[in-house]
Amino acid sequence: MNVDGIREMVKSGKSVEEVIQSLFDKIERSKLNAFITLAKEQALEEARRVDKHGAKGMLGAIPIAIKDCISTRGIQTTCGSKILEGYVPPYDAHVIERLKADGAIIIGKTNMDEFAMGSSTETSYFGPTRNPCDLSRVPGGSSGGSAAAVAGGEVPIALGSDTGGSVRCPASFCGVVGLKPTYGLVSRYGLIAYANSLEQIGPFARNVKDVALLLDVIAGYDPRDSTSMDKKCEYTKELRDDVSDVKIGVPKEFFGEGIDEDVEKAVWSGIKVLEDLGASYTEISLPHTKYSLAAYYIIAMSEASSNLARFDGLRYGLRLGKDKDWHTTFSEIRANGFGEEVKRRILLGTYALSAGYYGRYYLKALKVRTLIKRDFEVALKDTSVLITPTMPFPAFKIGEKIGDPLALYLADVNTVPINLAGVPSISVPCGFVGKLPIGMQIIGRHFDEATILRTAHAFERNTGG
Amino acid sequence: MITKKDVEHIGWLARIELTEEEKEKFTKQLNSILDYFEKLDEIETDAAPMHHVFGLTNVFRDDVAKKSMSQEDALQNAPKKEKGCFKGPRIV
Repeated sequence: MNVDGIREMVKSGKSVEEVIQSLFDKIERSKLNAFITLAKEQALEEARRVDKHGAKGMLGAIPIAIKDCISTRGIQTTCGSKILEGYVPPYDAHVIERLKADGAIIIGKTNMDEFAMGSSTETSYFGPTRNPCDLSRVPGGSSGGSAAAVAGGEVPIALGSDTGGSVRCPASFCGVVGLKPTYGLVSRYGLIAYANSLEQIGPFARNVKDVALLLDVIAGYDPRDSTSMDKKCEYTKELRDDVSDVKIGVPKEFFGEGIDEDVEKAVWSGIKVLEDLGASYTEISLPHTKYSLAAYYIIAMSEASSNLARFDGLRYGLRLGKDKDWHTTFSEIRANGFGEEVKRRILLGTYALSAGYYGRYYLKALKVRTLIKRDFEVALKDTSVLITPTMPFPAFKIGEKIGDPLALYLADVNTVPINLAGVPSISVPCGFVGKLPIGMQIIGRHFDEATILRTAHAFERNTGG
Repeated sequence: MITKKDVEHIGWLARIELTEEEKEKFTKQLNSILDYFEKLDEIETDAAPMHHVFGLTNVFRDDVAKKSMSQEDALQNAPKKEKGCFKGPRIV
């Protein structure tokens, strides 16, 4: 069920209220655990208002699910953490203001790895989300609830956030389309920060057209995010069916060792499909790729240790019964409210920023980041997009990797370089291993979402997607 | 190589109380992750550190007073409050 499908249902005589109610019925019976909070009352009230007064805007009466790290006024927002259980934001994120202005109906907040730290949605305090393609497997993460809700037909579109692959990984594992925009294209105002120099809010949908539509709504300058850039264009209008001018670069470092053979094969067939449509391709090199994971995790954990310092139970969040001295009170709240992965990352980040280690870890990682960004800029001078597998393998079993943090970090090998460089990237389904979907990652130049959307759209239309 | 004592100290810096079991576990895990980070020692570079994708610095706005969030809204999530203020633990 996509955006057109919802519009058809309404056109054929169903009330918006009936459509929204049918989604809630489905979600309440679901085994996926894709949602942490449902906004049933608000959504149905809005639906009745639309039935009475008509829909407005680009997303008129279209239901949407929102990752639980994006602030929604009046709807509980937990970041998948015990420390924020019960927190109700007093204001809307910029993207939520945009969605409401364009008529979208928010049906609930989706499950996620705690504070977006994870690649499987298993670190959520509210239990893991299951992959709709195989309930024994993870949906990917950290925006696993959003991807699973879209793939499972519980909602046509959703928002996630992507710090190191958190939109593209679950899109790949669940067989839907997910986009990480260029850093600065979408305002982060109201996105609860994990690693703010890396993350962007991004759309999920069942097809490229709906992803472009959602990007049309959420992109744009916002002075309240000082890293916001005024670079938006009309993405749905760019989806013409022609890729004859597209020059594809295939970076060899993203293939080979550690990448599942079937995944490689499916992505190469995808490249061939685009070649048949008139695109050209060359193999290229991004020589500093092997340093990406280490640089990414050092930067992300350092920023996290600073960002998560605000969770002290003073202004919001968990507070334990009786206060002790200043230091003990906060240390106990944080020991009690944060899960294991969050603690691990805060500890590592604190260490990487501490006296004597700053130069060796954090500063070094920032220097390497410059080299990685340069790699992308050089490669994308002569090519218009780069194509790689999104994930090295299809969805793994729940519980399979959670005991070995480093093994789980390594799964992000093909997605984190994109966040370091700040370039945009989309994951589109390009095949299966058995019943498990495979994602193809299409990376573009800074602020050239139009070309990666057009390439993904052409691919999708010519593969029956 | 970091020791259990180091982990204890980092926990103190980060204001996270750790159980004995956590200290043991994190010491082992943090060492294996830090070993992996040593990969960056392979590379010598004098590249400028990258703090922001487009090198943006000093984004200013006009210093104009505007209506802000109401006190009621700002306090609505506070677990402990008193006389319109957030209430923290005793300092002295």
